[in-house]
Amino acid sequence: MAEKIISMKNIVKDFSGVVVLNNVDFNIYKGQIMALLGENGAGKSTLMKILTGVYTRTSGEILLNGNPVNFPSTKESQKSGIAIIHQELNLIQHLSIAENIFLGREPLRKGRSIDWSRLYSDSQKWLDLLGINENPRELIKNLSVGKQQLVEIAKALSLDAKIIIMDEPTGALTDAETERLFKVIKSLKEKGHSIVYISHRLKEIFQICDYATVLRDGTFIAEKRIQDLDEDKIIEMMVGRKLTEQYPRLDHNNGDIVLEVRGLTNKFVKDASFELRKGEILGIAGLMGSGRTELARSIYGIYKIDKGEIILNGNQITIRSSADALQHGIAYVSEDRKGNGIVLGLNVKENISLASLKSFSGRFGNLHLVKEEEAAVKYISSMSIKATGTKQLLKYLSGGNQQKVSIAKNLNTRPRILILDEPTRGVDVGAKKEIYELINQFKKEGMSIIMISSEIPEIIGMSDRVMVMHEGRIMGTIPIEKVSQESIMSLAVGKEMDGI
Amino acid sequence: MRILLNKASIKEFLLKNKPLIVLLILCFVMAVLNDRFWTWNNIVTVLRQTSINAVIATGMTFAILIGGIDLSVGSVLAICGAMAATLISSGMDPLLVVLLALMLGLAIGLVNGILITKGRLQPFIATLGTMTLLRGITLVYTQGKPISTAGAEGSLAFSKIGTGYILGIPIPVLIMIIVFVIAYYILRHIRIGRYIYAIGSNEEATMYSGIKTDNVKLFVYGAAGMLAALGGIIITSRLGSAQPTSGLGYELDAIAAVVLGGTSMAGGVGTIFGTAIGAMIIGLLNNALNLLQVPSYYQDVAKGVVILIAVLLDRKQKASR
Repeated sequence: MAEKIISMKNIVKDFSGVVVLNNVDFNIYKGQIMALLGENGAGKSTLMKILTGVYTRTSGEILLNGNPVNFPSTKESQKSGIAIIHQELNLIQHLSIAENIFLGREPLRKGRSIDWSRLYSDSQKWLDLLGINENPRELIKNLSVGKQQLVEIAKALSLDAKIIIMDEPTGALTDAETERLFKVIKSLKEKGHSIVYISHRLKEIFQICDYATVLRDGTFIAEKRIQDLDEDKIIEMMVGRKLTEQYPRLDHNNGDIVLEVRGLTNKFVKDASFELRKGEILGIAGLMGSGRTELARSIYGIYKIDKGEIILNGNQITIRSSADALQHGIAYVSEDRKGNGIVLGLNVKENISLASLKSFSGRFGNLHLVKEEEAAVKYISSMSIKATGTKQLLKYLSGGNQQKVSIAKNLNTRPRILILDEPTRGVDVGAKKEIYELINQFKKEGMSIIMISSEIPEIIGMSDRVMVMHEGRIMGTIPIEKVSQESIMSLAVGKEMDGI
Repeated sequence: MRILLNKASIKEFLLKNKPLIVLLILCFVMAVLNDRFWTWNNIVTVLRQTSINAVIATGMTFAILIGGIDLSVGSVLAICGAMAATLISSGMDPLLVVLLALMLGLAIGLVNGILITKGRLQPFIATLGTMTLLRGITLVYTQGKPISTAGAEGSLAFSKIGTGYILGIPIPVLIMIIVFVIAYYILRHIRIGRYIYAIGSNEEATMYSGIKTDNVKLFVYGAAGMLAALGGIIITSRLGSAQPTSGLGYELDAIAAVVLGGTSMAGGVGTIFGTAIGAMIIGLLNNALNLLQVPSYYQDVAKGVVILIAVLLDRKQKASR
């Protein structure tokens, strides 16, 4: 076995009484690539935040080369050679590559002014090392996401990082970019760097990782050499239960067509046509950037439609704003919860009523506060939203409960069509199950549901049909009997339907 | 009364309302330092002097709550005052004059709103522009000279707005109280008030909830303009003339009152009650410094210090929460 550089032992973390990590062990070996696996909410990012000093652990110890260490801040972990590259890159778009690499550590001349020529030549050195063919003067915003990722790696290396943590690094990359990233990772490994690789893409794990650690619901499941594992074993460890148990599927008998979209075309979506039936869950799968969210938001009136028709119950309708969409009974639960799903500064009650406030007010806009309160109480109990009361601010709720509030807000507009965009993103496993049950409840009541998700098991487990998108186009729709991870994936990467 | 006797709830109330503590301390200190302070006459004077800033600060509260700002209020006050004075001296019915001046304020506010929504300008920039523009127009129109209302037919009736009393309470103070009550009602009990808080906290999410955020913004800047015009009417009525430079720097006093009242400059958080207290603190401070015969140059120094201390107290409390 290779030499351990980092050893985290019996790590426990609780957030005001809620245990999110319970006795987790995690090792990083010198010159090896460790995969960190688990479902969303399994505790991967919390664990990494403890390692990098963002959070402090409740108990347990961290050994660096056998010596106990404490990282009270990210500065301290950085000094010990630990760098993390987040899924959402931390680069400043309007600065150059060089300025980003050396941000806050710019080489200085005697007069304390920036030594620009050294800044550029030093940056060039790192770019060359990683085989990035770009001018260090180039602005970040002009680079592809893949190149930006490599700039983040260059930055980490320039900080003398010995351990680099990568969180879903290939999420937004093209195949060619992924290949190049893997080459870089392999060369870093040869130079003795250690990598922690977090990804949901199991194929990649087998391609480049040496070890894998699996977490589930905040507990440590196993650490294994990659050659002792296969995909099924990993999934079993991650999920710990059969898919059928996790996704309480309801069968659907074909209802009437409720919504028909014909040839919808705009900046993001090309010639999209599909239909949605009453009481059906239509899953939309695809990789990041495939245009799923954009399609949903175009129907919801956020993005302008250049061409195409939307037909609701046989009548063509025009939707120019979210207000129009809600008027027609189309509601949208956003994937970007904090960005545009909920209002963190308002309380539970005010969020739930926000999209349907007209139904809580009189002719002069005077609010019926009692009626509003009663509705909030009803949703809190029927959706088991965990909050201290209707007046708790949304910012103090957990992700899962915020998501339930976001759904409740849309539900209260009494939609006939509910679009759920990544309904369980950043939601813990328990709440996930509850959200699935709610979705099925809506389905039973005859609501038509469009569910966008990046988690293929979720799509397969919940949908009646799966529509797959790639680069703004609908590649095909697979009936649930024929659906498989592979068939979805091959459409998602742009293969034609008849190839399956 | 039982609530008043409950020590714990009083403590909680005061902790939640730090600005009120600052106000009470100021009152206490003044009562000790100067025996003329706690007289009915002086209190009424303080309230009357506060009223104009309070009315403007109410509009400013709306603008800041929504995540914006309105720098043009001082200039709106001046131009609406000048228009009112001109119309009064031309013999127009005072009631009609008041309505027209309010309409002018509303119209200017809507222009601010259109610049911000349709023109996509930052509120700071848009209202900085209209502030300068309107001040210029006022100076050109008045040729830099005051416009007197003296001698005109409706002059006496018009002057009642600023100088009259009802039941021993100055009319400007009554106007201030009415404005506070209406503003409170709008923010807490009317749909658009809820939208104001929602937009200030997360504009995108509010838009996604099917709310026409542009309309809410037009309402807010329209209201801010109309309240500034109301300030202009009161001041012109009280002085019996419109000064071309009146209202200069009033936007800063209004912002100070709003911020002292605990409203966040980032939007989404704040109350009319807080703004009322904030305006009182500033009014009281002006009065106190005069009663104590502090030379005028030092008055600004003292005001600045009190504002900073009060705001710091509030921040510290919020940070530790």
